[in-house]
Amino acid sequence: MEAGKLVAVIGDEDTVTGFLLAGVGHRTADSCNFLTVKQDTKPDVVESTLKAFTQRDDIGIILINQHVANNMRHILKDYNQTIPTILEIPSKEHPYDPEQDFIMQRVNMFLGGGA
Amino acid sequence: MSEVPPTRMNQQVFKAKKKAAESGHRLLKKKADALKVKFRDYAKAIAETKSSMAADSSSAFFSLTQAEYAAGNFKQKVSEGSMTARVRVGAGIDNVAGVKLPVFSYFETGAATDNASLGLVGGGKKIQMVREKYTVLLQNLIKLASLQTSFVTLDEAMKVTNRRVNALENVTIPKIQGVLDYIDRELDELEREDFTRLKLVQGKKEVQEEQQRKMMKEAEGHNDEDIMGTFDAGDDEDVVF
Repeated sequence: MEAGKLVAVIGDEDTVTGFLLAGVGHRTADSCNFLTVKQDTKPDVVESTLKAFTQRDDIGIILINQHVANNMRHILKDYNQTIPTILEIPSKEHPYDPEQDFIMQRVNMFLGGGA
Repeated sequence: MSEVPPTRMNQQVFKAKKKAAESGHRLLKKKADALKVKFRDYAKAIAETKSSMAADSSSAFFSLTQAEYAAGNFKQKVSEGSMTARVRVGAGIDNVAGVKLPVFSYFETGAATDNASLGLVGGGKKIQMVREKYTVLLQNLIKLASLQTSFVTLDEAMKVTNRRVNALENVTIPKIQGVLDYIDRELDELEREDFTRLKLVQGKKEVQEEQQRKMMKEAEGHNDEDIMGTFDAGDDEDVVF
């Protein structure tokens, strides 16, 4: 295994394409570190992919579109591993809403409660 | 609590324990404060980076749209075939008050660019632009990911530290104090017991002495009488020289 960890991407076509152009893509015969979520992609496929990504130890960061993450709230809410880190990112059609991000909720809770 | 034998030695042992617990409590409290400061910094940084990320990503998406317009639909091509990651994240470790925080760093493996021929027909420059924009976005996201992991780890560490502080404050120290109080009480009780016993013995001794003195006095008195009784000058014959 090479040094360093991979960045995994789960998101719509634009997001995935962009990050692949930036060079995060890694596909071998038996594994792939990105998933394009289209209109007809089933939620359980996304769910199982996300779960598989979180189990892999060669992935350091998982980027996930916020509108995809919204459908996976039940997983993200109970997610408490440090690595890989799940990062919610905006998508083309869906502007970023900090209110829905589970990390932002905690940040706001802390800043709101402590400041 | 009461299984500790109330001896002077145990009192010393528990006094030392109490001292240790108190200094530990102080130290942990300091650690919790340090963590809190760091935690607040991270929370602020996350809030800022997240909002700037929105702008970064929208410009990245816009550049992608531009490239699509110039080069036609190339999205399918990008995600085809096998590829090797050119960009990876290295994991470093940052240390805050004894808490190890994972830090991701962006690095390129130096592998050849995939799909280098993309946009050869047209729009190559735009596609190059997309690569750059997304690389910038990716770097920011990796920073954000570091912040986020640090945030989560710190949160966890803070909870543990606070739990320890509270446990020391509300459980361990009162327990030791209870034992110390118990030992104090018992030792006092023993002292009092000893005291009463001594008093009792003393009293008895005094009574005995009094009796002895009385007896002696009586005996002496008897002797005096005897001496006086037996002595009679008239009984003796006159001594003639």
